[in-house]
Amino acid sequence: MTRLVVGPFNRVEGDLEVSLSVIDGVVARAEVNAPLYRGFERMLPGRDPRDALVITPRICGICSISQSAAAAAALAGAMGLQPTPAGAAMAALIHAAENVADHLTHFHLFFMPDSARPDYAARPWHPRAVERFTAMEGSAQRRAVEARAELLHVMGLLAGKWPHTLAIQPGGVTRAPGAREKVRLGSTLRAFRRYLEEVVFGGPLEAFAALTTMEDLMSWGRGDVGLFLEIAADLGLDRLGRGSGRYLSYGAYRLAEGPVFAAGVWDGGARPLAPDGIAEDLSHAWMTGATAHPFDGLTEPDETMAGPAYTWCKAPRLNGLGMEVGALARQVVDGHPLARALAGGGVLARVAARLLELARTQPVMERLVAGIAPGAQFIAQGRVPRAGRGAGLVEAARGALGHWLRVEGGRIESYQIIAPTTWNFSPRDAAGVPGPLEAALEGVPVTGPGALAVQHVVRSFDPCMVCTVH
Amino acid sequence: MTTMLWLQASGCGGCTMSLLCAESPGAMEMLEDAGIRLLWHPALSVETGDEVRRLLEEVAEGRVALDILCVEGAIARGPGGSGRFQMLSGTGRSLMYWVERIAPRARHVVAVGTCAAFGGVTAAGGNPSDAVGLQYDGGLQGGLFAPDWRSRGGGPVINVAGCPTHPGWVSETLMLLAAGEVVALDGYARPRFYADHLVHHGCPKNEYYEYKASAGELSEIGCMMENLGCIGTQAVGDCNIRPWNGEGSCTRGGYPCINCTAPQFEDPAHAFVETPKIAGFPVGLPTDMPKAWFMALASLSKAATPERIAKNAKADRVVVPPTLRRAK
Repeated sequence: MTRLVVGPFNRVEGDLEVSLSVIDGVVARAEVNAPLYRGFERMLPGRDPRDALVITPRICGICSISQSAAAAAALAGAMGLQPTPAGAAMAALIHAAENVADHLTHFHLFFMPDSARPDYAARPWHPRAVERFTAMEGSAQRRAVEARAELLHVMGLLAGKWPHTLAIQPGGVTRAPGAREKVRLGSTLRAFRRYLEEVVFGGPLEAFAALTTMEDLMSWGRGDVGLFLEIAADLGLDRLGRGSGRYLSYGAYRLAEGPVFAAGVWDGGARPLAPDGIAEDLSHAWMTGATAHPFDGLTEPDETMAGPAYTWCKAPRLNGLGMEVGALARQVVDGHPLARALAGGGVLARVAARLLELARTQPVMERLVAGIAPGAQFIAQGRVPRAGRGAGLVEAARGALGHWLRVEGGRIESYQIIAPTTWNFSPRDAAGVPGPLEAALEGVPVTGPGALAVQHVVRSFDPCMVCTVH
Repeated sequence: MTTMLWLQASGCGGCTMSLLCAESPGAMEMLEDAGIRLLWHPALSVETGDEVRRLLEEVAEGRVALDILCVEGAIARGPGGSGRFQMLSGTGRSLMYWVERIAPRARHVVAVGTCAAFGGVTAAGGNPSDAVGLQYDGGLQGGLFAPDWRSRGGGPVINVAGCPTHPGWVSETLMLLAAGEVVALDGYARPRFYADHLVHHGCPKNEYYEYKASAGELSEIGCMMENLGCIGTQAVGDCNIRPWNGEGSCTRGGYPCINCTAPQFEDPAHAFVETPKIAGFPVGLPTDMPKAWFMALASLSKAATPERIAKNAKADRVVVPPTLRRAK
């Protein structure tokens, strides 16, 4: 058996170290370490509850809006306030724009550059991968950065700036769009659709979103998506890093009539979501305290960093079980037939689900803009009570994000956060059961100095490490 | 050719995300056009694992020349001065250790964002990880490096503060350095090309400010200074002169400026969106203005507020348009 430590692990958001025990050229055991601790959950108690809207988005520069949305929802819960329908729609649009930008960033900047590595020089697709996906230089990569920057004009119009806005509030949004903003947003989204259809998908988004089977998917054959699928088929990425098939989604983009993508749990079949069953196990985290629901959770770092713990990341469990979260989970729970066909899959399934979600979210954003009624009420005002509690459960690009807030004496008494990558990259629990990435890495071949297959599996989760420990 | 290394210390990565919002040119074209060769960036480069460990060692030993070191994020010194709250993965060493070794090799050191400059949000609320900026600890000189520390080129750490930084602030700082131009710095070592402006300059709420026609709640379009915690009249930044993400800024988005380019903005000692007052008057008044004059002018202008401005200030959009002067 050999031990291998992979790090610095780049093209993920934040700090990540993966330790592998390798037997006969395959991973026998993986330990995932989130090596950065900042202590956001300790910064918040004692503050005015509204300060959470300033502080928590700054946990993460790539999921900033998701953190805003979760904080606003937690505050709304404590205040007993509902956003106005128009306000909820604009918050959803801002949130969707971030998630779409994140999916695009992941595909082009984080995941695909590995296909251009010289390790794959003998593959028939390699010259095309080099031209399109080389880090910093590939033609697809540069075009993606440009399209992303233009898409984020949605933020300039509605949210002031990105990242780190105060536009999303418990009762809605701070800027009321008028007719001028409506047509300008429409124009920004049309440009983004043109880019997606001409460059990324090489065809209509609705046609990609209508795919239902693996066979349909693998024969798409157009755009950069087609190139990815060709690479995935050649490298066997469907079999690599398969998941447990257990998925959790809190439901994405909560409008007045309900979430756009459904909330729930998938475990071979659809189950309702019961957030009371969530608890964080600290047995393998450098944290002291007992397993607790996040309303009762503590963040007390063990500064000696003593074993058997090996990470700052807590281990969230739903009714004792680890859950995979992200675009695949969201689309499986929502019941999309292609996603259901991909359920339980590995690298290919996770990347393809993100592409599916790109194709499905663009029309959602377009509908939200078409629904803007200038003159509507975009915010409901409210006051934070002296005492109360609220949970904000939203879907970040990377999956289920929860904030649990308790207010006492008009101040934050407790604030606990479980981020998507806390679920996906959780360490072992007290029973020794590994987290989703750790389990997915078992059996993965370790070849070459870079252990490329391991890197594909890790990046397929689109980890956000700064959110993980916060 | 100018070489550049980018390290992400204890922060959120948002300044890199913001830089990727640069337009005309985009971030990568900007670097290319400025003749900057990026040795490594954790979010953008292909190299990983031992490829990076070798490179960092070469740079730290001076075998690879380094012109610009960019550090994004604060330096976590805890626990107990060990820096172990942020280990640079795969190296068995803290990020603090690597920055201490590499920074003296760089001709210029750029702190990208308020965390790297002053500690920022990473140092908020009791500073759980004992985080500091590269050359400042909040507003005090001396962070990871002493006040008299100088990079190989003879300058202090350049603080491109902002939470996040504007992509233009980073781009222009890097282009100036690559071109061998002097980057003039203000009293907190921030580039003067943006720090000589106040967020107030070009704020679309200026007319409301002139009459102290104030918003009472978020989303009302009046001035946010009197009630909603806006400190755009004191905060440095050209946020309302050059837009964010096309045509945005915090105040254009309908929420207050929270002074994110300043040391210790993260702990204002009051709620961010509420103006602290004494006897009904805001505690923080505009810089460079005698208090008595401000009070006198404020009460005069408040009394003189036109109805249009008073009504619009309390609405979420313009409800009363300007009076038209008919051509004779």
